[in-house]
Amino acid sequence: MSADNQFPQWEVFIQSKTGLPFKHAGNLHAADAELALQNARDLYTRRQEGTSIWVVPTDQIVASNPDDSDAFFDPAEDKIYRAATYYTMPEGAKHI
Amino acid sequence: MTVDEALVKYCLRLGDDAMILGHRLSELCSKGPYLEEDIALTNISLDLFGQTRMMYTTAGELEGKGRKEDDFAYNRLEPEFENVLLVEQPNGHFGNTIARQLIFSVFYYHLFSELKNSPNENLAAFAAKSVKETTYHMRHSAEWVVRLGDGTEESHWRIKDALNEIWSYRHELFEQDEVDTTLVEAGLIPDTTTLKARFENSIKEVLDRATIDEVAEGWKATGGRRGHHSEYLGHILPIFQSIPRTYPDSTWS
Repeated sequence: MSADNQFPQWEVFIQSKTGLPFKHAGNLHAADAELALQNARDLYTRRQEGTSIWVVPTDQIVASNPDDSDAFFDPAEDKIYRAATYYTMPEGAKHI
Repeated sequence: MTVDEALVKYCLRLGDDAMILGHRLSELCSKGPYLEEDIALTNISLDLFGQTRMMYTTAGELEGKGRKEDDFAYNRLEPEFENVLLVEQPNGHFGNTIARQLIFSVFYYHLFSELKNSPNENLAAFAAKSVKETTYHMRHSAEWVVRLGDGTEESHWRIKDALNEIWSYRHELFEQDEVDTTLVEAGLIPDTTTLKARFENSIKEVLDRATIDEVAEGWKATGGRRGHHSEYLGHILPIFQSIPRTYPDSTWS
């Protein structure tokens, strides 16, 4: 199978335990969602890594552009008051 | 035939079916149609080898002659294997592999679903473990049959042809000889005639989704359970028996 007629690409997210967040595990190629799920099970959960799987078409993920990182992330740099550690604890508060 | 003798034979047959199909699927390792499917098929192969080991080990213990799993796999000749002819059939194209897998997995899914209630602890434990694996194998092959059948014009006729070719081999899975009747009478295994309707319903559901109207009825495969095999088993055995036969009892050092 050559590169230009591969099946669509899917991103795989695995939840290791109920209640925990899903983590990105990798990706794969599959004809459709059901087969993507089956392949994800074979590729990423063989050693009991997970209890639940999400598969998402790669082209459905909207990603920020690395070129935008200055505009996206730098403005947070000088706004240290957004972090809780900026504030001193009131003396009377004992259980925060 | 005593119940114990029948049990040994029955375990060996389950082991032989899983062993030979496991081998067939292992032939596709690194030759699958694409990476993900290569891994899926060899995963199924590994599950089947796991089932084989359980059944060969159990057979050896019941027999009480000191034979171990390797003795059954490597030191028996073709007529001593009693697997169904279905599992020896070549991989062919992907549709052939999937059609063969569907028939095998659907039958064993229904068998294991009953066998897990057997009063025989070995068989019950084996079936309870295997039915989970087989459920997945069945889902895998069924979803592929649906996609091929309901896919392109070419994939439709290819999977239909593959099913037509392999369909006659299902009969053997339901065959019952003295081994089966002894164990059915002892209440240890299900009577396969009771599984037939369930098997056919499951297949029909898949075929309906795959837009395949009918599968051709042909001859009735038979012989494997008596050690009479198709031309293929004789070519399979030397491949996995050659090393242990050339270097008996050798170990990794």
